[in-house]
Amino acid sequence: MDLTRMSRRGFLQLAGTLGVSTLLGGCGSMERRPYTGPTDPQKVNGVFRIGGIAPLTGPAAIYGTANRDGALVAVKEVNDSGRLKLELNFQDDEHDPEKAVNAYNNLKDWGLKALVGTTTTGPCVAVTDETNADGVFQVTPSASSIDVIGGVEGSNEPAKHNVFQICFTDPNQGTASASYIAEQKLADKVAVIYNNADAYSTGIFNNFQAKAEELGLNIVSESTFTDDSANDFTVQLNAAKSEGADLIFLPVYYTPASIILQQADAMGYQPKFFGVDGMDGILSLEGFDKSVAEGVMLLTPFVATAHDERTQRFVQAYKELTGSQELPSQFAADGYDCVMAIVQAIEVSGVTPEMPAPEICERLSETFIQPDFVVKGLTGDARWLETGEVDKSPKGMIIKNGVYEAM
Amino acid sequence: MEKVRHLSKATRSNLITYGLVTAAFIIMDLLIETGSASYSLMGLLVPICAYICLATSLNLVVGVSGELSLGHAGFMSIGAFTGIVVVQLLGSGTNDVVRMLIGLASAAATASVAGILIGWPVMRLQGDYLAIVTLAFGEIIKNLLNNFWLGVDKYGLHFSMKSAMALGLTDGGRVLINGPQGASGIPHLSSFFAGYLLIMFTLFVVLNLINSRSGRAIMAVRDNRIAAQSVGINVTKYRLMAFVIAAALAGMAGALYAMNYSSVMPKKFDFNTSILILVLVVLGGMGNIRGGVISAAVLTILPERLRFIGDFRMLIYALVLIGAMNLTYDTRLVEWRRKIREKFSAKRQGQDERGGVSGE
Repeated sequence: MDLTRMSRRGFLQLAGTLGVSTLLGGCGSMERRPYTGPTDPQKVNGVFRIGGIAPLTGPAAIYGTANRDGALVAVKEVNDSGRLKLELNFQDDEHDPEKAVNAYNNLKDWGLKALVGTTTTGPCVAVTDETNADGVFQVTPSASSIDVIGGVEGSNEPAKHNVFQICFTDPNQGTASASYIAEQKLADKVAVIYNNADAYSTGIFNNFQAKAEELGLNIVSESTFTDDSANDFTVQLNAAKSEGADLIFLPVYYTPASIILQQADAMGYQPKFFGVDGMDGILSLEGFDKSVAEGVMLLTPFVATAHDERTQRFVQAYKELTGSQELPSQFAADGYDCVMAIVQAIEVSGVTPEMPAPEICERLSETFIQPDFVVKGLTGDARWLETGEVDKSPKGMIIKNGVYEAM
Repeated sequence: MEKVRHLSKATRSNLITYGLVTAAFIIMDLLIETGSASYSLMGLLVPICAYICLATSLNLVVGVSGELSLGHAGFMSIGAFTGIVVVQLLGSGTNDVVRMLIGLASAAATASVAGILIGWPVMRLQGDYLAIVTLAFGEIIKNLLNNFWLGVDKYGLHFSMKSAMALGLTDGGRVLINGPQGASGIPHLSSFFAGYLLIMFTLFVVLNLINSRSGRAIMAVRDNRIAAQSVGINVTKYRLMAFVIAAALAGMAGALYAMNYSSVMPKKFDFNTSILILVLVVLGGMGNIRGGVISAAVLTILPERLRFIGDFRMLIYALVLIGAMNLTYDTRLVEWRRKIREKFSAKRQGQDERGGVSGE
């Protein structure tokens, strides 16, 4: 072919024909390679390989590392007791779906048989799609959107029967909070401050708003912030104050919540504050004056200062692991419960580490939805619905003298 | 072979670039077919393709047109969300290839409209103003999408800037873009093959533009604006042309990227992503298209290959970047590289070949 003398039209025609024919002919060759993980008993050596994905660097690292450390405590406990042999491999996702899928593919090369993660919702939706296609069992400690499990009303994702949540879904938290405030007649005028750049915060707020409307709660002020503006809340607090709100609902994580409380205190505004599970951890935040959190109410499944023996043992082990005096947050407890739930399901279903991942996934998923399968975790006694949603009751807590007390 | 020697230097260099991409595609395809590619590498293929397209398109603005654009992720984001919405509205009844093509075309269309809207006033400015405006543009797009809800039900499309509730969808309605949660339930239409074709398309557009009359005008404006103006080149027109074409190509790359994941958040397309794309271009050599392609592939794989060192990997990544930048731009190191090259070419008695058009 004479490339030098080819006309532009001729080249376009050639390129077009080549393009279309390859496009229609060649697309089918890229099929997904099935995943089993290592099945050779010699290689597996009786060790269950559990993968973990969490943001270990970046803005959400504080939650991701808590997840990881909680899971590590559980793995150590299980290995020490000789119940099973576990190996845990945690990979960083930087709170980004792209990196989370990369991390998951990395774990596939390592040979995971079940997955703990991911911490945050957006990346988790992308990962659950992958695990669902491969048939890898997944329990997420704290990704609370319904798109994570899929198949329920209001979700865009198809049902993923391999995915289970340890935390409450966003709708649950939003509606539970609204119901609680309305039933206990905590307030006449409610203000909300939420992070509109955050899926968790917006998700809870939307459901809170819907339920509040239904119950006739009067929301007088809705103000928002983003991750970039999460260090000054005077505008939002003034808006709430000028509307005369006597309760502020804070569906936010504990770092911004701590600033909101301090600034409200500084401007002498003293409404009631009501938070959700992301607020847990505020009391152990370094440099935080606990007195401004006095009287704050929150729905949380886990209390690090509880006196029961299991919580105390967990807190002790967590401190030993991290080497700091900081108390574990709810995220750490969720991570712990994830591993413990998987371990219990492995024992009940009798799966062995040499089985291919999809078979393990099927057996574990069946076990999880048995009505008599109850995991007595740090975050409460959990059962699972067929959709993958957890069924456990949130505990209403109030902060008194710097510690949680049941409401 | 006789014919090849008659080709102009630019055409030969372009053919090398196409050949390089095709060879890489065939090698990867063979690795996948024989089952010797790792899952990690297979998962990286589509993002690599998207980043190559993004680097190539930004190269058109930064290298060829000589403007500093810091908001390329904004165009990527517009393309990504347009593509997602269009593809979902078409529904699963349509052939996947056709859906993907329509998705990419509409992504290019909206991104280029955005490019025209922002480029029209800004291209009359000089110097750093474009950088500042594009930086702001990227952030504005991110924040707009954080407050953007779009849903569809049997009555058609619904749109709100308040919340998903405010859409007022009837039963069976579906939220397509859900504020900060972005889009979920995105059909997986992207494939390595589609990525390869998009790279070839992007290269075709960019390389042909560079070697065309318009491309020479664009470079003339870059090299000396006043001289270009004095010979009657419409400066604004040519700068805008490069900018809008780059925006359209970035939009397509964004759509390819988004359709590889089942969920995409507006947060992804922030300033950091814009800078990442710029780094790909600068590291590959501004104006050097082939260099950009290679650096996009290498810099996407590198952090994944470094996973074994855990939290230190971003540190190593940064060190590699600094090292590579020094090697490319530090005058002493450049001099040292030139000497080495001269030694080699003296031996071979040949002239050194330089790829693409160089920004020097």
